[in-house]
Amino acid sequence: MTNADAAPAVALHELGRAYGDRVALDGVTLELPRGATLAVFGANGAGKTTLLRVLATLLRPHRGDVAVLGRALPREGWAVRGQVGLLAHDPLLYRDLTARENLRFHARLHDVDEARAGELLEAVGMTRRADEPLHSLSRGMAQRVAICRAVLHRPQLLLLDEPLANLDPGAADAVAPLIGRGAGVARVLISHDVELGLAEADLVLGLRGGRPAVCAPATEVAAADLRGLYR
Amino acid sequence: MRRAVSAVVRKDLLVELRTGEAVPSMLLFSISTFVLFHFALNARSVDGDLAAGVLWVTLLFAAVLGIVRLFVAEREQGGFDGFLLAPVDRTALFVAKAAVLFLFLAAVELAAVPAFAILLLGPSPWDAIPELVVVLVLADLGIAVAGTLVGALGIQTRTRELIVPILALPLLIPLAIAAARATSPLLEAAGAGALPGRWLVVLGLYDLVFGLLAFAVFDFLLED
Repeated sequence: MTNADAAPAVALHELGRAYGDRVALDGVTLELPRGATLAVFGANGAGKTTLLRVLATLLRPHRGDVAVLGRALPREGWAVRGQVGLLAHDPLLYRDLTARENLRFHARLHDVDEARAGELLEAVGMTRRADEPLHSLSRGMAQRVAICRAVLHRPQLLLLDEPLANLDPGAADAVAPLIGRGAGVARVLISHDVELGLAEADLVLGLRGGRPAVCAPATEVAAADLRGLYR
Repeated sequence: MRRAVSAVVRKDLLVELRTGEAVPSMLLFSISTFVLFHFALNARSVDGDLAAGVLWVTLLFAAVLGIVRLFVAEREQGGFDGFLLAPVDRTALFVAKAAVLFLFLAAVELAAVPAFAILLLGPSPWDAIPELVVVLVLADLGIAVAGTLVGALGIQTRTRELIVPILALPLLIPLAIAAARATSPLLEAAGAGALPGRWLVVLGLYDLVFGLLAFAVFDFLLED
């Protein structure tokens, strides 16, 4: 076992990120163990998506130290790519390709057996519509395909931005083994559903204006405290 | 890297086959321009320097249409993020996009050059086809490399339709001069002359310099 294998899934120390003069994240410090779930709450513009994009290596941190799966970012970003699965607001899929073609494309990029695309589409109940262009699918169906894309390469850390958005209860049940606790990997979960997010979390981060207003184990945080972030 | 390049090339060709957004518009533009030249020059046919100039100016403007479209899906549909999350060399995206642009140009020229011969060209070009193919391949390589670099730069801005031609056309001037000078003897009314080696070397150097430049800076264009 290497040091990187034993390291926490995410370790942040005084993380800061800005867009020009506007501070998006400031002073975020936390440690997320492997296999645990961090739920991130905050109003629109609080810095949640920025945090996810920094952890995904898509944005550089401007201040502080960031380590993902034991690798320091941005210096060792190359080693983290392929270990992280990002489910963002955008599905990161091509509208003119079918669900199956999109997943095969990502399977080739990640050097994954293309048969896994079919297995995942079956797991989320998309086999029947898998050969239709993405632009002809409903948002919920596209979200299911996006979830398949995010877990296609069996990532060690899942970064999930409102993963159940647009999903009906049946679809939410279908994707649970892939992105829920049962997936057995560390997760950073953005949710506006306080009860649901709290139930899923081991650790809670509440952001207000990019700064941590709440950062504590889930057992020590009350839903009422988190609702205050949205006022 | 080969795996990532082939994945992106296959994806882009599939999207183009399905949507027909780039090649048909480039081809239509080329043929319309030849028709315009036919009437504007008030000449039944052209040859030599004029023919080479008309051919290359038209092909370069058509190429700009392709360059503008090259990274649109990556920008608008999250393809950049999807690619950047994969454990692959970022240069693979440059190589793949340059290959795609080269293939688009070749496909356009397969129809546009015969159309040019029928609509405008006086002398028969058939005797000089192998030499013409050499010039086209060298020039297309240069357009593909420089065009991919400019396309990646332009896609980061909101006004890519303006920025791409403004950046691409000045960069392509040396290539246009060399390609036209190399093509001119092949289209002489008195019959095809020898291929001028000096201008082929210029085209080759252009390809090499822009290839090295693109390898050096492309990664930075993808940084946030």
